[in-house]
Amino acid sequence: MTAAAALAPARGGCADAPVLRERGQREVFCGLTGIVWLHRKIQDAFFLIVGSRTCAHLMQSAAGVMIFAEPRFATAIIDERDLAGLADANAELDRVVQQLLARRPDIRLLFLVGSCPSEVIKLDLSRAAERLNRQFAPGVRVLNYSGSGIETTFTQGEDACLAALVPELPAADETPRLLVVGALAEVVEDQFRRLFAAMGIEAVDFLPPRRSTALPPVGPGTRMLLAQPWLGETARLLESRGATHLPAPFPLGAEGTTLWLHAAARAFGVTPARFRDATALAESRAVRALAAHRASLAGKRVFLFPDSQIEIPLARTLARELGMRLIEVGTPYLHRGHLGPELDLLPEGTRLAEGQHVERQLDRCRADRPDITVCGLGLANPLEAEGFTTKWSIELVFTPIQGYDQAGDLAALFARPLDRRTRLAV
Amino acid sequence: MQLAVWTYEGPPHVGAMRVATAMERVHYVLHAPQGDTYADLLFTMIERREKRPPVTYTTFQARDLGSDTAELFRAALAEAQARFRPEAILVGASCTAELIQDDPGGLARTAGLDVPIVPLELPSYSKKENWGAAETFYQIVRAFAGPHAPPPGTERPARLADRRPRCNLLGPTALGFRHRDDVREITLLLARLGIDVHVVAPLGATPADIARLGEADFNVVLYPEIAGQAASWLARSFGQKATRTVPIGVGATRDFIAEVAALAGVDPVPVLDHETSRLPWYSRSVDSTYLTGKRVFVFGDATHAIAAARVAAEEMGFTVVGLGSYSRELAREVREAAKRHGVEALITDDYLAVEEAVAALQPELVLGTQMERHIAKKHGIPCAVISAPVHVQDFPARYSPVMGFEGANVLFDTLVHPLMMGLEEHLLAMFRDDFEFHDEAAPSHLGATAAAAPAASSPAVAAAAPVLEAAPVWAADAERELRKVPFFVRGKARRNTERYAAERGLAAITVETLYDAKAHYAR
Ligand code: SF4
Repeated sequence: MTAAAALAPARGGCADAPVLRERGQREVFCGLTGIVWLHRKIQDAFFLIVGSRTCAHLMQSAAGVMIFAEPRFATAIIDERDLAGLADANAELDRVVQQLLARRPDIRLLFLVGSCPSEVIKLDLSRAAERLNRQFAPGVRVLNYSGSGIETTFTQGEDACLAALVPELPAADETPRLLVVGALAEVVEDQFRRLFAAMGIEAVDFLPPRRSTALPPVGPGTRMLLAQPWLGETARLLESRGATHLPAPFPLGAEGTTLWLHAAARAFGVTPARFRDATALAESRAVRALAAHRASLAGKRVFLFPDSQIEIPLARTLARELGMRLIEVGTPYLHRGHLGPELDLLPEGTRLAEGQHVERQLDRCRADRPDITVCGLGLANPLEAEGFTTKWSIELVFTPIQGYDQAGDLAALFARPLDRRTRLAV
Repeated sequence: MQLAVWTYEGPPHVGAMRVATAMERVHYVLHAPQGDTYADLLFTMIERREKRPPVTYTTFQARDLGSDTAELFRAALAEAQARFRPEAILVGASCTAELIQDDPGGLARTAGLDVPIVPLELPSYSKKENWGAAETFYQIVRAFAGPHAPPPGTERPARLADRRPRCNLLGPTALGFRHRDDVREITLLLARLGIDVHVVAPLGATPADIARLGEADFNVVLYPEIAGQAASWLARSFGQKATRTVPIGVGATRDFIAEVAALAGVDPVPVLDHETSRLPWYSRSVDSTYLTGKRVFVFGDATHAIAAARVAAEEMGFTVVGLGSYSRELAREVREAAKRHGVEALITDDYLAVEEAVAALQPELVLGTQMERHIAKKHGIPCAVISAPVHVQDFPARYSPVMGFEGANVLFDTLVHPLMMGLEEHLLAMFRDDFEFHDEAAPSHLGATAAAAPAASSPAVAAAAPVLEAAPVWAADAERELRKVPFFVRGKARRNTERYAAERGLAAITVETLYDAKAHYAR
């Protein structure tokens, strides 16, 4: 695919397609899970969940196998005595924070993360954050957000966390600056920085930053590119601080990455020639990397369970660049504003589903017999045992798949389970 | 509020899930928010179960609060009944639903469903996973065996002479440490004694099987944390005696054989005379001499920690320098065991407290859970996993019980595997400067990747170490000499020397101080 072809997407797609909206059991993580990658991303931040033993257990079950160093997150587990009276709970929280900061003097930014129990008992974490700020300023900044399962689904936790950072960002003036929003792997950030530099866009910031002491500025000159599809609230708050959103598909695959970069190029007046010079080489590398997997993936039927909201951009990449056929594309939440350019590119007639009734969705999946099913960890092995080939969706959030040089890795994530099926003779 | 980095146990409803998932034809309708569905992955990923746990979550959201969360529960219940057609439905609340007080038990009772309902009250803010499993199992046993109990005070009729004695095996659940294999091993052992296994529960049992529990002559309690409560109810209601010995290790297995033989009225001698464990001989073989007095720290659930400590001391010849458990319910038993080993029991569910203890004791081997594996790795100490909670690699493909004689074989291998081989250890002491064969290399049979680089002192240790006024300074040659002490005792040598110097008010530690301290503590 050439850059020119990629820049002229066919209109139509799924923009007005009906969406199957379901209500029932949702087999998804809550927003706390975002901490698993956020705590590695912002290196001087600590995430203190104010919740129950369930929340602590979720974190270690979702992250336990992946974390070998001491994590920069913990849970303040609410117990019976805290439930007896709110005054106690606040004093207890202060004590726990004190204990924590004494143990981790390296921490500069502390997030108090709300959970279902803290919200149901109306423990006011924003007031607690204010109080603790007075106590620990200027050494430690204390912020709060909610990752509760009654309000947030999986990646919405990152949205809530970044939204909490927005008021902290220093003000910028009218000078155009590019702000890339959404946690990306460091290697991907560095690649994007080089590509922007090659186009002549030097003033580029990333949110979240690697250190809390290097918060990017925001103001009327800010042009914002979303690197992830789950940042509705963060984008809204950035816009209220003057930033302009650059609508684009998300940077998955060669086409997605080109269109995403091009949105920035257009906003910064980069000439088409310079844009091509900056991107052509990497783009053709991505196209080659994708082509290597196309043979094994083209025509394969894929069913995506809702998990992280990356499903629609992912489905677009699988369909358009790898020739896969979309059976159902589920998403926990469909943000039409941000996903508009993606929906335009989806093949017409794709079955979209928002929300979940997991039993009925499993019934559909069994009836459709897809070649590969993208689903969460609770469903993958049971489906494999029924003879389905699966891809854990969590890997799509925890591995670098954005940008040209990860396009091949993204395809490999789908090719590997299929390859494995053909190898095993047992 | 308690600050927790990792937790040994999940919330009590996860205990209930372990029971429900272990059983057949049972469904659990859990009032809980969406994030709580993470618990499914414990079973499908860590234990690699091929089926989803039989659990329906209501996954209520903030917008449902105050309006129709109760209705949501009713709908989920009716749907679960229609879809899965179980023989029994457990109903309950997770931590969040407990706060909104919808009373799942009451809602289910009035729902008019044509299926037995077992309401579970599991207080999430005071109780934990094992308690939840025990309570759930007890409620199920009461609900289904209860109707068959004889009137109170009825004498248990003697077993007919022409019927073989039979017992129930109680306690194995889903996600239990080696439960599946323990059941097979103990069933085989009982068969050799001429005792039949009547019902295994909860693992593999249907509600109808539970109803038959009272027909057995006695109960074998494999895991007291989970089955203790149900077994004492069965003792009261059916006059069934229950075993007290948990057959982990050769000695405990012998005791267990004697105990069940007495309960069943059979002769234990033929089985005791033909023990099938290699542990006694392997431990006596000269190669094992190097195990003598190795300092071991043991932590886990009460059953496995107590048993592992006994095996370590009596069957491996180690020295138990620390013994602890996160099972507060069985704290008394752990304290008694600790007393036998001459140590103070550590009863805590605070991972940081366990880490502090390990750092302070500097054992040569840690026997623990997956948490202790993390701790030991960080401190460069060999570790074997002997108790839940565990990772996926502790559900091995091969048959590996920890109970019975085969279990003892497995334990021997498990406890020796992380250590240096006998001669290897001596050679290291002699030639520790060899560039390929230095003492920070891992045991040769563990390969290069297993090399556990002892981490720099952890924050926990740093925070825990008493701040010594004008701590003695190591002279360069003393520091060099210390490097010659094998790494697995180096930490201890350093601490002892520093303590020795501090107690004597020495400002500097010389080579002489190092050896003075060595002589002092050797007494
Ligand atoms: S869903 Fe709520 S209670 Fe459950 S783990 Fe998430 S925040 Fe905690």
